[in-house]
Amino acid sequence: MTGKGGTGKTTVAAALALALAAGGRKVLLVEVEGRQGIAQVFDTPPLPYEERKIAVAPDGGDVYALAIDPEEAMLEYVEMFYGMKRAGKALNKIGLVDFATTIAPGLRDVLVTGKTSEAVRRRDKSGRRVYDTVVMDAPPTGRITRFLNVTSEVAGLARIGPVKNHADLVRGVVASPETAVHFVTLLEEMPVQETLDGIQSLHEAKLPVGGIFINMVRPELLPEAALDAAADGGFDAADLTLGLKAAGLTDGAAGSSSIAEALAAEVVEHAQRTALERRERQTLAEATVPRYELPLLPEGADLAGLYELAETMCSQGAA
Amino acid sequence: MKPHPEEAPHLAAGFAVSESDGHGAFAGHLGDGARRASPVLDMDAVLDDPHTRIVVCCGSGGVGKTTTAAALGLRAAERGRRVVVLTVDPARRLAQSMGLTELDNTPRLVAGVQGPGELHAMMLDMKRTFDEIIEAHADPERARQILTNPFYESLSSSFSGTQEYMAMEKLGQLRRSDEWDLIIVDTPPSRSALDFLDAPERLGRFLDGRLIRILMAPAKAGGRSAFKLLNAGFSLVAGAITKILGAQFLKDIQTFVGALDAVFGGFRQRAEQTYRLLQAPGTAFLVVAAPERDAMREASYFVERLAEESMPLAGLVVNRVHRSPAPALSAARSAAAAEDLESRGEHELTAAVLRLHAGRMQLAAREHREQEHFASAHPTVPIAEVLAMPEDVHDLAGLRQIGELLAS
Repeated sequence: MTGKGGTGKTTVAAALALALAAGGRKVLLVEVEGRQGIAQVFDTPPLPYEERKIAVAPDGGDVYALAIDPEEAMLEYVEMFYGMKRAGKALNKIGLVDFATTIAPGLRDVLVTGKTSEAVRRRDKSGRRVYDTVVMDAPPTGRITRFLNVTSEVAGLARIGPVKNHADLVRGVVASPETAVHFVTLLEEMPVQETLDGIQSLHEAKLPVGGIFINMVRPELLPEAALDAAADGGFDAADLTLGLKAAGLTDGAAGSSSIAEALAAEVVEHAQRTALERRERQTLAEATVPRYELPLLPEGADLAGLYELAETMCSQGAA
Repeated sequence: MKPHPEEAPHLAAGFAVSESDGHGAFAGHLGDGARRASPVLDMDAVLDDPHTRIVVCCGSGGVGKTTTAAALGLRAAERGRRVVVLTVDPARRLAQSMGLTELDNTPRLVAGVQGPGELHAMMLDMKRTFDEIIEAHADPERARQILTNPFYESLSSSFSGTQEYMAMEKLGQLRRSDEWDLIIVDTPPSRSALDFLDAPERLGRFLDGRLIRILMAPAKAGGRSAFKLLNAGFSLVAGAITKILGAQFLKDIQTFVGALDAVFGGFRQRAEQTYRLLQAPGTAFLVVAAPERDAMREASYFVERLAEESMPLAGLVVNRVHRSPAPALSAARSAAAAEDLESRGEHELTAAVLRLHAGRMQLAAREHREQEHFASAHPTVPIAEVLAMPEDVHDLAGLRQIGELLAS
């Protein structure tokens, strides 16, 4: 799950994990940027580098969460693939871990996508996959292609050798038909443009594009005709004044006509915004991928809100 | 121009606490008017002060940092200053809104500025900036060796801190050139909005660390096999490095580090200089946020971090704040009246408008609460609010309007 900053990417990723877990499945939700956003969304203490159950889905599924720490992932990688636990500590001491996770181009990304791929491929004793689905709260749209395009990212520093082999393995998982990169956007110009640019660049990198989640969609309260009139500056406040009188909103020296005028101004703003949102919705339709619409939650994205979003996703066929 | 340490208090002097700006009245409508309002950020005082030479806009992604930087640049220019805006965000729309087809690593004059000053805009090209440092610090043969090294190529175009480091380097260059009254910069959309503060130190730590000495060892030993000169404790590590990273990678990085050796001192020194520049009183940090939980939380964190680093904070900009033109009519009354009309089956349109209004008031109240959380944790931080506009910014007029909102 990717999206421009401020679009609610983490919330939507969390809701999708719940939706996918519904009905008795097991889903892992991973976070890769060290923000502890998942813990905040689920209102729990910061997550350690450890898979732990964070929520129960409707009809008995489980959502596990993992905050991937690149340094831990590196030590784990060294231990798992080379059986060198002591070396790991020494590497940390001389600054190699620091180097690999913060300075060396691309290594950090290979480490976190590598850890995620490992969770995807992991099987239990009976040979079944441990997780039905892994949902990643990925980096923002502007960096997503580079982040997932691991092989080309490490190409400059490893054309051959173990890092390259590992990157190839990860690439196999990321680019497989079992993977889908979803975009979260708002009905605003910049996030919509970034979404389309992001889809384009994933296509070019031959990475699998999923769907677009249009987040924080406001309910359409006003009839079309009233919106059109307001957008053209022709909204009639006189009718509103009568309505306000009928509702008993006439107190104060100002009276209902001044409230009516202020409300009419609000309607005009709303109509302009709605017109822009419609244009953006049409623009998104140019990308021929599935689109899902998630409602604006009046009380913000609290835990109850997550379940509401998850239900919306299920009903729209996103999960 | 030297910084003016003796004039350190000038920034604080720019902020006036305004009681009559409507904020108090707004809070009153929301029923929590008893709380003390944050001081109002006097943006024009910051922009007009000849001692303000750098404004840094920072904050989490998607809060409008770049637009804020451009709007402030335009406003400062129209108020008479010679301004350059350095952006790291390659948003085409921003370039277009300033009438430029594209932005590059050289400041370009923006046409249409109304006033005595000048506005220039540029976008950071990190690879070119990096190349230029190498070319300036190494002799031609060594520069060629570095520039064609595969490790350098990937380092200079995708190093997870290169962008931050180069943004700071470019900022230092612009400041040292002394060509500009005012430099306004936005910060990279990185993993952590604080990376630009940490990147130089991280690079320094790497260059000073033991790893670099181990990697350098073969070059210093005149090409003899790696790690021979190191004691036995290192052999395990050396083996591990070769095994994990591969021999070819090791060779590239050795060549790179060897060639870069001469340039290193200059690098670190410049990074430290720029860091000190940020701490100088001529710099003003603006933390940019949107009135949402995550963005405000990040803003809080940022404010605390800047204080820890002794970076001069001018204030908080809260973008996209929603207000209602009819604040006297509360969400509760509006919703109740709508329900009343609906139950009687009368005035459908009025009922819908009242619902719309109730929603708007609810949103405004929620946004206000988020700001209150920030203000109670940081009561002395001046705040500037920018109302949400129904349309996005497309041209200088739009930027000018944002600038007016920032300063009002």
